Amino acid sequence: MGSILFPVLLVAGIGLVAGLGLAIASVVMAVPVDEKAEKIRECLPGANCGACGFSGCDGYAAALSKGETTNTALCAPGGADAAAAIAEITGLAVSEAKPMTAVVHCRGNRQAAVDKMHYAGIESCRMAVQVFGGPKACASGCVGFGDCVRECPFDAISICDGVARINPDACHACKKCVAVCPKHLISIVPKDAGIPAVLCMNHEKGALTRKQCKSGCIGCMKCTKNCETAAISVINYCAEVDADKCTACGKCAAGCPVQCIHIVGGKAVITM
Amino acid sequence: MKYYIAIVLTAILTENFVLSKFLGICPFLGVSKKLNTAVGMSAAVIFVMAMATAVTYPINKYLLLPHDLAYLQTIVFILVIAALVQLVEIILKRYIPALYSALGISLPLITTNCAVLGVVLLNVEKAAADVQFGFAASMFNSIGAGLGFMLAMVMFSGVRSKMESADIPKFMQGLPITLVAASLVSVSFLGFGGVIENIFG
Repeated sequence: MGSILFPVLLVAGIGLVAGLGLAIASVVMAVPVDEKAEKIRECLPGANCGACGFSGCDGYAAALSKGETTNTALCAPGGADAAAAIAEITGLAVSEAKPMTAVVHCRGNRQAAVDKMHYAGIESCRMAVQVFGGPKACASGCVGFGDCVRECPFDAISICDGVARINPDACHACKKCVAVCPKHLISIVPKDAGIPAVLCMNHEKGALTRKQCKSGCIGCMKCTKNCETAAISVINYCAEVDADKCTACGKCAAGCPVQCIHIVGGKAVITM
Repeated sequence: MKYYIAIVLTAILTENFVLSKFLGICPFLGVSKKLNTAVGMSAAVIFVMAMATAVTYPINKYLLLPHDLAYLQTIVFILVIAALVQLVEIILKRYIPALYSALGISLPLITTNCAVLGVVLLNVEKAAADVQFGFAASMFNSIGAGLGFMLAMVMFSGVRSKMESADIPKFMQGLPITLVAASLVSVSFLGFGGVIENIFG
């Protein structure tokens, strides 16, 4: 009997010591949990997309709770509901949530854009641009291998005829695609405000642009003449919109001879 | 000194825990997708292996062996390692939160990692066979085993990042091709057989 008693007592003793040690350690070294942050965290969708500019949902909740930010509407996927819920917990004023969407500033599909070579390497935009800047003649155009499609957590992007297209209804403006695009073609714009977006980033002179892509902005300045508030300007042969000045009249889009200005939040973001 | 260098190199190359002894395959396949998580996990494994050996060696030598209780080694070691990892987690959470969040899920995963138990049991086995194999040798062996684990993880994360962009037939995508790649990496480590004996022997 003695021969079994000692091992049993030994193992039980070690277990007891370890258990007591852990119990004491967890009490002595307990980390105070921020209850407010926990509550805010429950209102957030948990996609950890980083659209708020903090390191995931936990980071945003902690920042709100500590008062590092008072903007309750930074969560793009959560939208107005999350903003209202956060405001209720924190007692902050509800910040106005502007619905935003990502836009691909290129419409150089297979018919419009000319290829300068046949690329047979790895099907990834970031890989392809390392070989003479990608297969398209236009140095700024969408490479079309869909790195942004794979990055999108909301399935909002698809490759359509060699160009990435974003479905504004599914887009939560989390900016993941913005970071991943090697051509820096994607930007975040207001969704329903009727602000136009120039769907070209080609800064070559008009004649050269025409040779590279039939859909490219040729820098004809017609949009700047049509604009009454000087919200659209042509810089280096490519139009750019200043969303703050824009009145969403739509005259620039109507007058564009190459149809590369489109009203975001209209019936379709990109119509080829 | 030569003796200890030989122990460390043996643990890293010829007796690599993942690639030769096939221990710790779970994190090897699970956490090796990205280099930074692979390195973080390996660092945690090295740390826990060294801690576990430092604690279990005296328990084995002064509690179990004098009372003829070698058969209790496995269960006692599991108990001690689990408690130890929990304690390390609590301490890290309190004093080094940056490291705690960097290690993330890796730390609790190690609690049930067979490589940690494996290295502790291997130390006991080697100590029984070799009188010279004492506490210092056990520590060197554990750290070497952890470094070997890190080497395997870092190498394999490189292989996997190449595989991400490779055109793999559909029926081989995912786990099948990962296992094939793992076996090839493992076979490559067979090439180290006999190296240590010939250098230090």
